[in-house]
Amino acid sequence: MIDPIFLAEAAINGLLLGGVLALLALGLNLIFGVLDIVWIAYVDLVMLCMYLVYFLVMVYAWPVWLAGLAGLALGAGLGVGVHWLIITPILNSPPINQLLATGGLLFFLQSFATFLWTTDHRSVRLALPIVEVGGMFLSFARLVAFTLAILAMVGLYLFLTRTFIGTAIRAVSQDRGAMALMGASPQRVYTVTSAVGGAMAGLAAVLLSIQYSVHPHFGAAFGPITFMICVLGGLGNMVGAFIAAFILSEIISVGGVIWSTEMGYVIAFALFIVLMFIRPGGLLARRER
Amino acid sequence: MLTLRDVTAGYGHFTALWQVSLQVTRGEAVAVVGPNGAGKTTLLRVISGVIAPRTGDLVFEGQTLTGRPAHDIVAHGIAHVPEGRRLFPALTVLDNLKMGAFLPAARRHYAESLERVFALFPVLHERRQQRAGSLSGGEQQMLAIGRALMSRPRLILLDEPSMGLAPVMVLRLFDLIRRVREEGYTILVVEQNVRQVLKLVDRAYLLEVGRIRMEGRADELGEQDFVRQAYVGL
Repeated sequence: MIDPIFLAEAAINGLLLGGVLALLALGLNLIFGVLDIVWIAYVDLVMLCMYLVYFLVMVYAWPVWLAGLAGLALGAGLGVGVHWLIITPILNSPPINQLLATGGLLFFLQSFATFLWTTDHRSVRLALPIVEVGGMFLSFARLVAFTLAILAMVGLYLFLTRTFIGTAIRAVSQDRGAMALMGASPQRVYTVTSAVGGAMAGLAAVLLSIQYSVHPHFGAAFGPITFMICVLGGLGNMVGAFIAAFILSEIISVGGVIWSTEMGYVIAFALFIVLMFIRPGGLLARRER
Repeated sequence: MLTLRDVTAGYGHFTALWQVSLQVTRGEAVAVVGPNGAGKTTLLRVISGVIAPRTGDLVFEGQTLTGRPAHDIVAHGIAHVPEGRRLFPALTVLDNLKMGAFLPAARRHYAESLERVFALFPVLHERRQQRAGSLSGGEQQMLAIGRALMSRPRLILLDEPSMGLAPVMVLRLFDLIRRVREEGYTILVVEQNVRQVLKLVDRAYLLEVGRIRMEGRADELGEQDFVRQAYVGL
């Protein structure tokens, strides 16, 4: 029998991981909801931003918060760059071509990072404490990451519901053509969406880099789980993705403590397959129609 | 106010409009009537910039707007209430109206426009926090018109406003459009409900297989034997 303290600790760690995963999934989902294109290379953009944070902090000795802002800005810039250079020319192509193009970007970025920075694992070394709460040991870095991720998602929610351009982003995801009749240039809305989605990748990168080391295949480690969260929640459904992130992260974390980390992933992926048979459109497929 | 000269337009290899010329004067209400597939919707789409004409000119208030994209045409004062209304169903009534005022110039007068739209359509005020998709057909059409008014247009294009509405609602809606007109907007309306629309407008064009077959004052056109037989059902 496992000590209930360990289980509670795993559950809290799952919750903390879920916050960052939800942030990743929401960024990807936002872009998908508006453009109808899945950025396969999304988490590889995260990887690039993590390298930036790493170099700024470890080599150039920038303070972490400033490097974090730089990572956020790079994410937004990469989002706009990907949209203009890769998505815009193929906006009206068949979906398979769009997938191939963003998939190609993934391999390009992986190889590019390997070429420039080798396959070494690099981590930002911060002397962050471990917090003890009621016999449980929690990483301070994870608590910070979780808090910032939740704040960012609240900010995203306010942006999408309270501002003209945010409401326009939601409107475009429901009817592209009608929004043009309102005077919104589709390209402008797409660019803003890509910048916001990219900025979320940048922020996720900052939050991940204080917990994990970065390497060229970081995208391969976090990409699949991010897509699974989006699909499980219902592609384009923000609330669904938010819930799905916590379901999967809890399974991985608690399953990891009961059996092993690998087994946690096995259970999460198996559950995903089963749920896809039961609810092919995602957990909240009905509600957002 | 609006002049179309020899406009030919279509989709791919298909030509929907053949050298159509049309004119709307400020303060007028004009209808384009005709059977299904005559090219009425295409005509409005050309005017609002959803599709670019192949040949011909589009002049609005002295400016040539031929081939301008839709988001640019709205800024010049033409609002299009498209076929099937095209609301944002998951957004609230208020957010839909907000999107109508997306342009910076319209945004500056947001509160004032909103008040005006609510005065015209009080039911929208009652339902402002509901999702647009939950409204009845008539209310959705009111919202679509209200959303168009939010951009502070001078010309409003209405595409089949009576589509899918119960007969009682059709009458009410035409009354409301009449009131919109009295507010000083110029209206170009496309309709299949010929009898009702001819009571609403000053002049009308008859469009058949992509060509203007006839034009004239609404009361005269309604008296034409073949219009009566074919479209008015008398």
